[in-house]
Amino acid sequence: MKNKWNLVTLLESKMIGTNVMALVFDAPWWPGHTPGQYIDIRLTAANGYQAERSYSVASTIEEEGRIELGIELLEEGEVSPYLFALEPGAQIEVRGPLGGHFLWDIATPGPLVLIGGGSGVVPLMSMVRHHKLHLSDDSEREVFFLISAKTIGHVLYKDELEKFSRDDVNFHLALTLTEEAPIGWTGYARRADEVMINELFGELHDKRPLFYVCGSNSFVETLSGILVAAGFNPKSIKTERFG
Amino acid sequence: MIINDGFIPKRQVNPKVPPGQYVVNDFPVLSLGPTPDISINDWKLEIAGLVEAPQVFTWTEFERLPRVEMKTDIHCVTKWSKLDTLWGGVSMDFLIEQVIVSESATHLIAHSYDGYSTNLPIEDVRGGKAMIATSFEKEPISTPHGGPARLFVPHLYFWKSAKWLSKLEFVNGDIPGFWEVRGYHNYGDPWKEQRYLDD
Ligand SMILES: Cc1cc2nc3c(=O)[nH]c(=O)nc-3n(C[C@H](O)[C@H](O)[C@H](O)COP(=O)(O)OP(=O)(O)OC[C@H]3O[C@@H](n4cnc5c(N)ncnc54)[C@H](O)[C@@H]3O)c2cc1C
Repeated sequence: MKNKWNLVTLLESKMIGTNVMALVFDAPWWPGHTPGQYIDIRLTAANGYQAERSYSVASTIEEEGRIELGIELLEEGEVSPYLFALEPGAQIEVRGPLGGHFLWDIATPGPLVLIGGGSGVVPLMSMVRHHKLHLSDDSEREVFFLISAKTIGHVLYKDELEKFSRDDVNFHLALTLTEEAPIGWTGYARRADEVMINELFGELHDKRPLFYVCGSNSFVETLSGILVAAGFNPKSIKTERFG
Repeated sequence: MIINDGFIPKRQVNPKVPPGQYVVNDFPVLSLGPTPDISINDWKLEIAGLVEAPQVFTWTEFERLPRVEMKTDIHCVTKWSKLDTLWGGVSMDFLIEQVIVSESATHLIAHSYDGYSTNLPIEDVRGGKAMIATSFEKEPISTPHGGPARLFVPHLYFWKSAKWLSKLEFVNGDIPGFWEVRGYHNYGDPWKEQRYLDD
């Protein structure tokens, strides 16, 4: 019953980065999803006007009856400011899970490479969390996560990801800050380029990695182009563009 | 349906915009992977399947065919619509006549250089409804948007307008394409909001 609109109820919301909020909804009907999928949201105004938008799911499939989103505020936007202002207990209509290509689960073989720009980290987070929950069966897998963000404040789920990389030697987190880096910053501080991609993923050429690139249109275009230029198989690169 | 208290529309209602869509002024991209790099020197378009005179066009040959223009709105399943866009190319009616498509053909399968495919009933590419587009707003189509050549069937969601077109195959019986086997609607009429499988 994919196409049915269902009600979800906001449980809590909290800021997880500059201008980005995590919203956790109670959704008893949620059938579960594959990491990488998204939902559609529909808002209806008093005069009957409706707006629909898509949002990726950040929670993992093991969290039954719960959907977590990560929403970036666009000040002049129609839907994101409304979602930002939602109070716990508020209900909205959603449908899903949706999307049939930008998918990953632990049954997929090979090293996993996640590349997220800004809020493009959201669906990748579902993949990482799923992998983490199955770490006992999936401990041999190498997971690489490159996040590009304007400033350190724009890096979503930073504490959670840093904890993962402390706990698991096979989880490699790399951050690049494109506008402003704090004093003493030891990570990258520039737009991702081929040199960076080779440094981070060069060792993976013979290991059949799978790449998931998500973010704005221009971010995805650039990064997927760099991966191809660096010699990775275009068929091993999956993309999701937020607009 | 519920009313979302305090939700105030910010966009004007426009009768040209199908349900659930909103108007953009920029030109977003929907794709499944990296943009392929196709040189017009290597480009070929094959027309095959249930046709009497199969053809393979090179770029130079294709450019010599009679051209048409369509000025119309386009609707992407990811919810954006772009109004009054101008596209130029070769009409599907002309190509169908050239290759003499058999009476028994019911569907067109469009194949792309990146391995993508999509399916359309043959009626939907006849009668001035479709073309192979090579220009957008009088300029060559940029690669992210499907250049050198893409199918253009604007009355359906835009994933049906396959980018980086390599082959048109006329068949008897339907063969769901890339998105059509991945949970998206088989036909994709924006006015009926046929986004997903059971819509
Ligand atoms: C598959 C998918 C997954 C996505 N996942 C996420 C996610 O996880 N997190 C996330 O934050 N986003 C995600 N998005 C993007 C999301 O769907 C929305 O596009 C985004 O939240 C903006 O919606 P909005 O209504 O707030 O802004 P909109 O009202 O759509 O406005 C977008 C921009 O256009 C400008 N604008 C305002 N008025 C107009 C006008 N009249 N004409 C043109 N432009 C105007 C606005 O200033 C704003 O900057 C995803 C998109 C897709 C397709």
